[in-house]
Amino acid sequence: MTKLIKSGAYAADTYNAIADDAALPDGAVLVSLARFQKDREALLARNTPIGVKLQSSENPEILGDDVNHFSLIALEFPKFRDGRAFSWARMLRTRLGFTGEIRAVGDFLYDQVNYQHRVGFDAWEVPDHFTIEMFNRALSEMTNVYQPSTDGKKTIRELRAAR
Amino acid sequence: MLNAIVKPVDPNMYRYDEFDAQFVNERVEQFAGQVARRLSGELTEDQFKPLRLMNGLYLQLHAYMLRIAVPYGTLSSKQMRRLAHIARTYDKDFGHFTTRTNLQFNWIKLVDVPQILRELAEVEMHCIQTSGNCVRNVTADQFAGATDEEIEDPRPLAEIIRQWSSLHPEFVFLARKFKIAVGACERDRAAMQYHDMAVQIVKNAQGRVGYKVLAGGGMGRTPYIAHVMSEFVEREDILAYLEAVLRVYNQDSRRDNIHKQRIKILINTVGPEEMRRRVAREFDELKRMGTLQLPREELDRITAYFAPPAFETGLPDTIPEAGKDFADWVQTNIHKHRAAGYAIATITLKTPGQVPGDATSAQMDVIADLMDQFSVGEVRVTHEQNLVLPHVRKKDLPAIYAKLKELDFAAPNAGLITDIIACPGLDYCDLANARSIPIAQRIAKKFENLDRQHDIGELKIKISGCINACGHHHAGHIGILGVDKKGVEFYQLQLGGSGAEDASIGDIMGPGFTEHEIADAVERVVNVYLKTRTPGERFLDTYRRIGMAPFKDAAYEKEAA
Repeated sequence: MTKLIKSGAYAADTYNAIADDAALPDGAVLVSLARFQKDREALLARNTPIGVKLQSSENPEILGDDVNHFSLIALEFPKFRDGRAFSWARMLRTRLGFTGEIRAVGDFLYDQVNYQHRVGFDAWEVPDHFTIEMFNRALSEMTNVYQPSTDGKKTIRELRAAR
Repeated sequence: MLNAIVKPVDPNMYRYDEFDAQFVNERVEQFAGQVARRLSGELTEDQFKPLRLMNGLYLQLHAYMLRIAVPYGTLSSKQMRRLAHIARTYDKDFGHFTTRTNLQFNWIKLVDVPQILRELAEVEMHCIQTSGNCVRNVTADQFAGATDEEIEDPRPLAEIIRQWSSLHPEFVFLARKFKIAVGACERDRAAMQYHDMAVQIVKNAQGRVGYKVLAGGGMGRTPYIAHVMSEFVEREDILAYLEAVLRVYNQDSRRDNIHKQRIKILINTVGPEEMRRRVAREFDELKRMGTLQLPREELDRITAYFAPPAFETGLPDTIPEAGKDFADWVQTNIHKHRAAGYAIATITLKTPGQVPGDATSAQMDVIADLMDQFSVGEVRVTHEQNLVLPHVRKKDLPAIYAKLKELDFAAPNAGLITDIIACPGLDYCDLANARSIPIAQRIAKKFENLDRQHDIGELKIKISGCINACGHHHAGHIGILGVDKKGVEFYQLQLGGSGAEDASIGDIMGPGFTEHEIADAVERVVNVYLKTRTPGERFLDTYRRIGMAPFKDAAYEKEAA
């Protein structure tokens, strides 16, 4: 079982994840990139929230202007060693200006949550044993950072300059 | 032996401020938590592995190995004494200086690691990113700040890169490891062209100082010399440029075959022109955003830490006479210093018979004393696994030499045939196919005669115990690669490699030699050089002039045609 963490709390998943060959139900759906490309017109005509799930090998730039049609983009970690999604999330928040939900799904570790948070993820599909306390601890282990990222956190260089 | 009367000297090097200190302390406690979760079984070894690797902890053949970062190879005497203490308290009383200018301990217990990290943090040291698929310890020219060949000291930029790359949220799970070197002169003592990325401090036609950036060099099973990514990056843009290269690498590198995931493979697959185009696109965007711009004040602030020490004036600018042994040592191990009356002294950890790069705690303590007494409290670690006293008075050289002789670290062989790079090999490493250390020892013993070594002149032998090339064999004038053939160790020869400014990849000679044959084969190769060289030619020059055939015939004992 998995559950969803958003805004520092457990949240209900309002999206139905739809297999590529399954019929589309009513309401918000989460589809693969292939399914979106295949049924693009039909999905956009439904006028309900659409999420797309990208594999780690799928550069979000491929969405083009369609990126604004999504309210959720789920980025898959096929294995925790595959760190491409860190760049995809950062790119969505910067170059592509995406303001919807970016959800981490798949095989990632407690120890990666803080990095994910920094580059623009704001939702996490976590295993059952993963608690809110763990989530908050993951974000607080390191107080300061050396690099600017999409979280806008002041860097150590900026803190030094402000002394 | 020197004793406790030596007063510790604080060298001019980077000092942690409260932010750096908090960062490292929190990182220690974070890692202590990860170790506790591993010990409790919450983390499997598979899950723990990438976490421990990001903090320099390997599981070797016999025990855990802990690799401690020595940023750009610079150590204070206080830090050296702490390393000696850790060797004595938590390891088997010695440490090993590596080709990444780090120090590693081979016999560490997992439960001791958090306490070791705390003791390191007290002297402003850490193990962050000394392994794992992330940006590794930044290396630099070991003569930085002391040589008159450089445009400026490369260490302030290296420190800025160290900070920028520390726990970078986007780049801690790269496709593979990523190594960066920084240099500031035409002479390349840091093997820059063999790095994933290298920054050379240069002056443009208008006399403005900036940075030339290279990428895509590497050793391993597919060696490549780096390509130029940009001939000139402005000072304030350097972090944006480096970040742009890392972005392209993280986004576009293969992830399906561990042997094809270094940046060298990406660049040589898409081609350097396409790579430059992709980097330029990211760079333009980063420049527009401006968040990574490096303000002049920050560069100046970091640079101030590395201010040259107050050199004494009026010192004699000649090296005293102190016998033939001393004169031999001066000839190979002393380099010209920027200040009159001073010299740069290389301490080779390569006395024939020694394990290249190893030092005992007692030796580290005495070196710390030498640093305080003679070199403003500072030492450098080199990628050739030696140490350097960067700022010594010429008049003190005989006294330094006498102390080094007591330590068995006075071999007059810097750059000579017995100054061998060797990886830990099968004696320690679980990746190795063959032993490296005994081969290094055997070759060093064979060429122990000093007059012969000096007659042969500059000749760099580099030995790796497997194709991963940690012993830099591709860059050896003579490279040796250990391979395993049906459970027997064999050693292949490569000739003509160089890791210097004239970088080249060595050519493979042919079938390997047994461990009993390899030193003799090297000797036959060297004899061809001695017979064939023209005046002033190094081994490498002769090889480049006459090619493989005569060397190969001699190595396999065929009559020359």
